[in-house]
Amino acid sequence: MAHFFDVTHHPRRTYASLAALLVLFMLFPIFASQYGNSWVRIMDFALLYIMLALGLNIVVGFAGLLDLGYIAFYALGAYMTGLLASPQFAVVLESFVNQYPMIGNALLWIFGPEIAQNGIHLSVWFIVPLGAGLTALFGMLLGLPVLKLRGDYLAIVTLGFGEIIRIFMNNLNAPVNITNGPQGINLIDPIRIFGVSLAGKPGSNATLDLGWFTLPSVNAYYYLFLLLCIAIIFITIRLQHSRLGRAWVAIREDEIAAKAMGINTRNIKLLAFAMGASFGGVSGAMFASFQGFVSPESFSLMESIAVLAMVVLGGMGHVPGVILGAIILAALPEVLRHTVAPVQMAVFGKVLIDAEVLRQLLYGLAMVMIVLYRPAGLWPAPLHEDRPDPDVDKPAKATGVVAA
Amino acid sequence: MSEQIILNIAGVNKRFGGLQALSNVGLKIPKGQIYGLIGPNGAGKTTFFNVITGLYQADSGTFELGGEPYSPSAPHEVAKAGIARTFQNIRLFNEMSALENVMVGRHVRTHQGPLGAVLRHKAARQEEAEIRARALELLEFVGIRQFANRTSRHLSYGDQRRLEIARALATDPKLLALDEPAAGMNATEKLGLRELLVKIKNEGRTILLIEHDVKLVMGLCDQMTVLDYGKPIAQGIPSVVQKDPAVIEAYLGGAH
Amino acid sequence: MDTFIQQIINGMVLGSMYALIALGYTMVYGVLNLINFAHGEVLMIGAMIALTLLKYVQIYLPDLPGVVKLLIAILGAIPVCVIVNVVIERIAYRPLRNAPRLAPLITAIGVSILLQTFAMMIWGRSPIPFPQVMPSDPIHIAGALISPTQVMLLALAAISMVGLVLLVERTRLGRAMRATAENPRIAGLMGVDSNRIIVMTFVIGAALAAVAGVMWGANYSSAQFAMGFVPGLKAFSAAVLGGIGNIYGAMLGGILLGLIESLGAGYIGDLTGGFFGSNYQDIFAFVVLIVVLTLRPSGIMGERVADRA
Repeated sequence: MAHFFDVTHHPRRTYASLAALLVLFMLFPIFASQYGNSWVRIMDFALLYIMLALGLNIVVGFAGLLDLGYIAFYALGAYMTGLLASPQFAVVLESFVNQYPMIGNALLWIFGPEIAQNGIHLSVWFIVPLGAGLTALFGMLLGLPVLKLRGDYLAIVTLGFGEIIRIFMNNLNAPVNITNGPQGINLIDPIRIFGVSLAGKPGSNATLDLGWFTLPSVNAYYYLFLLLCIAIIFITIRLQHSRLGRAWVAIREDEIAAKAMGINTRNIKLLAFAMGASFGGVSGAMFASFQGFVSPESFSLMESIAVLAMVVLGGMGHVPGVILGAIILAALPEVLRHTVAPVQMAVFGKVLIDAEVLRQLLYGLAMVMIVLYRPAGLWPAPLHEDRPDPDVDKPAKATGVVAA
Repeated sequence: MSEQIILNIAGVNKRFGGLQALSNVGLKIPKGQIYGLIGPNGAGKTTFFNVITGLYQADSGTFELGGEPYSPSAPHEVAKAGIARTFQNIRLFNEMSALENVMVGRHVRTHQGPLGAVLRHKAARQEEAEIRARALELLEFVGIRQFANRTSRHLSYGDQRRLEIARALATDPKLLALDEPAAGMNATEKLGLRELLVKIKNEGRTILLIEHDVKLVMGLCDQMTVLDYGKPIAQGIPSVVQKDPAVIEAYLGGAH
Repeated sequence: MDTFIQQIINGMVLGSMYALIALGYTMVYGVLNLINFAHGEVLMIGAMIALTLLKYVQIYLPDLPGVVKLLIAILGAIPVCVIVNVVIERIAYRPLRNAPRLAPLITAIGVSILLQTFAMMIWGRSPIPFPQVMPSDPIHIAGALISPTQVMLLALAAISMVGLVLLVERTRLGRAMRATAENPRIAGLMGVDSNRIIVMTFVIGAALAAVAGVMWGANYSSAQFAMGFVPGLKAFSAAVLGGIGNIYGAMLGGILLGLIESLGAGYIGDLTGGFFGSNYQDIFAFVVLIVVLTLRPSGIMGERVADRA
């Protein structure tokens, strides 16, 4: 498999393989649409999970920090979008005015009557960078207290943070209504690109009319998410093969030696948290717009664990592996649901194992089996020896850099 | 002509609970010398190393590097100031290749961050090329250029030790501090190590060396300090220290 | 003042359960340097087994006193929980003794999910009412109320903890456990089979968790597949609070955490002017954990972790 993606040794073959893969991904919705919207929809979520898995991969795979509360960044990105791209902010303002009139009126004065009436509706061009920035900031805030903690403690504390965020989301509807509690935030704006709403016009049955062809909304989102995924993959790989990426791996491999070599481990770890978090935030923002509503149940510990399972299954630290893991664990439960349910109906007369159960079984099995029997994951990074490096294979040239 | 003193440490005390691990330990290393720190097991040599490189905090002591005081409060600050060390039990970045290990050594002298990593603008690409070239050069220097692309845990023990030295050299240190670099080596490997250390010295670097192999150390070091039970008991050139009765007693036993 | 006493009683009840669960975490961490993430699920299994047993007891032996019925349930739950915990150790932890630290943690999480899923398949997704076998008239103490179930809970917890202390301090097994917890290799040189001791640690931890699980179900009158996760985490925080690896620390930490949660939930509304209510109760344990790990990581009574160098 590695031979098809070996960019230094066989650049033309690699680019050809990547191009073929891209074409495959781009054609997928066209074929899948024949069978209705569900398959493209599944892949839409899979693409969101790929972004999440790549983000967590920076923290767990590159830097070796087990973050069990990662979904909190997804939640933050989603709720931020909920507040900044829906009528919710009007509700928030109203709630402040009722509970804390002084603050409420001050806010009203700042935001004005238009927002007080309709809420804030920022466009996607603001939402994405804001989401990335806000979650990066929170990532660093989370990172600060946990930096000196050992592996298992780090895991539990980050888990605690994830739960704390969820509890806040669930309860910040009183005394002032910010998150609307368990009901969540509705009517989140779909994404508009150049004036075209990706949800299609109302009444169009979720189809976009682009003049010379129509496109189901799920397909439009698919291409948007694919684009974002590619961007995130690009960023991740660039980070991996850089001074920063090496510093992360150094910390993972031996933190004491890393410090002795001059790496400021605190700052480098904070950067890992920040970058990983920002991917989660962008993914969360997309999720909110895609689904149109957010509620605390989408951001439980099970989701954090799901993303972790994807990273573990695919191969921690290896980008192609992580992508594979994400696709498998996002799509497989759905695929099985479509196939296993009818089989169970035919054989047992009822569905013994439903989709939710199946999903959880897969996550649990993935983590246990992989760690026990194939700890490097399904698609681990190839050994350095198997990745020929032209610089290294040729004899050393004089470089003119003076020693000492 | 006054020699430049690269490392000037005085009055280091370190206590662990009831144990006084270091009592008033100090040394002065002139530039370009190989300085040995020897003593029986448990004398406090590695503890001293850990103190001057920031892994432990001393209870007291003054620390000067290259004439300037430095604060051994955090290991990465010490590396930045200019002391690079190797470890008694080799600490390589196991999953990285030999080349990558040495490239990490360049971290402290370079500065590209996430922006540079993603954008790869001219300055970033230049820095990355410089890092790579310098790392390859150092691998050549220590004699393991042909293993540049090998996973570091696949290297032989002797080559791993060389790699650790190459990585430390990559930080461009004023002082190279080696903690038992010959431990576990056979006679041939020790000869090779000796050659390497002389080569490093001839480039003008200063080396502080903890070693147990008395023969190696006597032939290699310009000066040495002997520790016993955390106290310095002798200091000077090898031929003198060798004959010091306190040193002989420390190594051969006798009433303590 | 009445509220205060009530909160204290609630806190003691909650704390006793946390203490029992925390003991399981702390003992395993003491010998293996590992968080048995699936421990909360052992608690849940104890409750679910007890629930099923009690259903049959109610049908076939309805006239037994409530205390006896609960004891039967506990005695039935303990073996199952022990088997589960021992199997977990065997298949998920033992093969990874020499693996990097992240590995057993990940398998532990995986096992935790699998156990929850199996419970979901067997007992369904919704909470199941726990059979009420104890009399429900509360007893009045110093102006506050305590139910007979809670009295039994406190008694069982006290007996278990005393029993454990006696075991650890006075018996040969206990000595072996303490030795292994300090330095497994040296203990091995003294003739202690560390694997056997580790298994015993899991056995005892499971038994305590079973008791806690049954009493939890009885106290809250319901049980559900997901009931173990949050108490498990909180109990771990309690163990850290008291000093991980230290069984006295676990007991102290458990009781303390119970009191903190109870008093906190009771008074947080007053303290924050109504902004935070008792629905934020679950956060206390996490806040305690973060504060302890930041300010005094070794806990109140000091940690006692094996020297596995």
